[in-house]
Amino acid sequence: MTTTQSPVDERIVQVGPIAARVLVAGTGEPLLFLHGAGGLFWDPFLDTLAAEHTVYAVEHPGGNVSEDLDHLPGIWELVLFYDELLDTLGLDSVRVVGHSFGGMVAAELAANSPRRVSRLVLIAPVGFWREDHPIADIAGVPPEKLVELVLADPSSPLAATLTPPADDPQALFEAAMRMASILHFIWPIPDKGLDRRIHRVSAPTLLVWGEQDRLVDPVYAEEFTSRLRDSRLVTIPDAGHLPTLEQTAAVVPPVLGFLTGKDA
Amino acid sequence: MKSIFFHLMPYRDLPADFEKRYESIWITPPNTELCDPKKVAQYYQWNLDELELADRLGFDGVGVNEHHQNGYGFMASPNLMAASLARRTPNNSAIMVLGNTLALYAPATRVAEEFAMLDVLSNGRLAAGFPVGTSMDVNFCYGVPPTQTRPRFREAEELITQAWTRPGPFSFNGRYNQLRYVNPWPQPLQKPHPPVWLAGGGSVETWELAAAKNYTYSYLSFFGAKFGKKLMDGFWAKMDELGVDRNPFRAGFAQQICVSETDERAEKEYLEHVTYFFNKCLHIPPYFFEAPGYRTRKSTEFAIKTNQPGAIAAAAALEKNWKTLNEEGFIIAGSPSTVADRLIEVAKTLRVGNLHALLQIGSMPHELTKKNITLFAEEVMPRIRHVWDAEGWTHEWWPSGAANRAVTEPTGAQA
Repeated sequence: MTTTQSPVDERIVQVGPIAARVLVAGTGEPLLFLHGAGGLFWDPFLDTLAAEHTVYAVEHPGGNVSEDLDHLPGIWELVLFYDELLDTLGLDSVRVVGHSFGGMVAAELAANSPRRVSRLVLIAPVGFWREDHPIADIAGVPPEKLVELVLADPSSPLAATLTPPADDPQALFEAAMRMASILHFIWPIPDKGLDRRIHRVSAPTLLVWGEQDRLVDPVYAEEFTSRLRDSRLVTIPDAGHLPTLEQTAAVVPPVLGFLTGKDA
Repeated sequence: MKSIFFHLMPYRDLPADFEKRYESIWITPPNTELCDPKKVAQYYQWNLDELELADRLGFDGVGVNEHHQNGYGFMASPNLMAASLARRTPNNSAIMVLGNTLALYAPATRVAEEFAMLDVLSNGRLAAGFPVGTSMDVNFCYGVPPTQTRPRFREAEELITQAWTRPGPFSFNGRYNQLRYVNPWPQPLQKPHPPVWLAGGGSVETWELAAAKNYTYSYLSFFGAKFGKKLMDGFWAKMDELGVDRNPFRAGFAQQICVSETDERAEKEYLEHVTYFFNKCLHIPPYFFEAPGYRTRKSTEFAIKTNQPGAIAAAAALEKNWKTLNEEGFIIAGSPSTVADRLIEVAKTLRVGNLHALLQIGSMPHELTKKNITLFAEEVMPRIRHVWDAEGWTHEWWPSGAANRAVTEPTGAQA
């Protein structure tokens, strides 16, 4: 594993009426990263991806400028937004890595534009619903419970970074707006018909799941592997819903190996 | 000032340890475990008897509202209750449905139809309440994405008012309501349509709509005038800014009221039921109050500047502190003259011409509720009715078929 501190370039890319914020770093094959409900933050995992790729980490629209969501009433328009963003960036074919909600969007993008996605990494993606393992309502639980749902070790220092201080209403609201922009597409149940479209995905796909994911149970991996043409699953011990943060060193080798084709 | 007896229809027999054992009074209180339909059958009879009594005693209006999966108000359909009241209110009180949660209905023509039916059935006595609705009802119980709450409300408001006023059939091409033929039978009896009463908790967008469409606005909270003052000052400042007059009948507020023969007796009779209300009926965890995206950036900026009184109310109630509950304004309680004096003060402070009087509170039993309603009607209402007479405003938002009691009584009747 190579780790470099890549300089991160922040770009504003105009996609129709939406000004998209994109963090760009590294050199090599282009890689699109789609984040989950916590928001976009450059972290050590993205840094390791940037050691071998040009990483384009896109901030999901609507978290800052809520009017952006008026242009994106549903998942279909969101997928078209990403498709158009890739056009604007001049990227014909990309590797795509998505986490949680970002994983669902990544799978939808790969289903919509199969020729555009060369390799797909889905880290604890949502997109399906099982009565026997319902995904918890992240809006309907107290902050401390959310920490228990997403971290294998809720007492880890990561816990403090997940929730804004309770006495800072502005910070709480900004976090709520970021989450709102995601809930917009998955409320009230994060199943918006991926099962009708996932058969179109042609990219070889790696699924990564924390063994102690209490938000999206690892049984959901079956929903993906049973439907995808070419998929493999890596489970990460001592990790919950945020394996790239909780066990970065364990996640990076299989992900980089898969993306570069060295594990094939 | 108009007095409306507003009934929430709570469950009156929640277990003593309810708030310790259960997560919330709303959304998730387990129905088979806590809600006995046999008890509810009795409550519904009491509730309607209480509302009908208010009509006979000369209240200006009787009020009902909509909530879902809620132990302090299980009137999932206020229109059913209003239909019953329309037939059993011979004294011609206004039928105040405050209201139908527009965002829940697609097509929203259902609301246009049912409100028109109620208006016709009551001979033009309907006030049509258009609340944005709470996050609990709209987002959690009915599954509407939080970010769609306001867009759906605004589109429904547009569709309903068109359905009432435009000759049908016409087409409506909305984002959430797409209809080739809008042509409800009948249109309402009141023309151009029943008065629209907005109800809310202080969103700037709602005030702007009130100004733009000339609707009334009722601030519905359980925390009284002291907290409400910040909001109503904001409302009137917005009206001034938009060039709208300061007619007090544009505004209403909700108040929990307990009347007895003396101040001391009021505490003795009502404290238990008020405590039940604040401890059990407002037992709602903060995460249900505002799903992310329910409130807009604009309204949040305003809300952050104001204090949230929920914790104070709960603390006061837990201590069974009658004095604090009164001083903070969460309740107005005491002898008729105490209550009347405070209501007059509150009406003037907030500049409101419509009082939604919450006279059945929490576990309050039927007999005590009837006493509260009766004392209010006979001894408080005559003293507060003429509060705004001197300014000479007309109530442009009173249902035209309802009795306008203020004009039939001599002015200066206050004690």
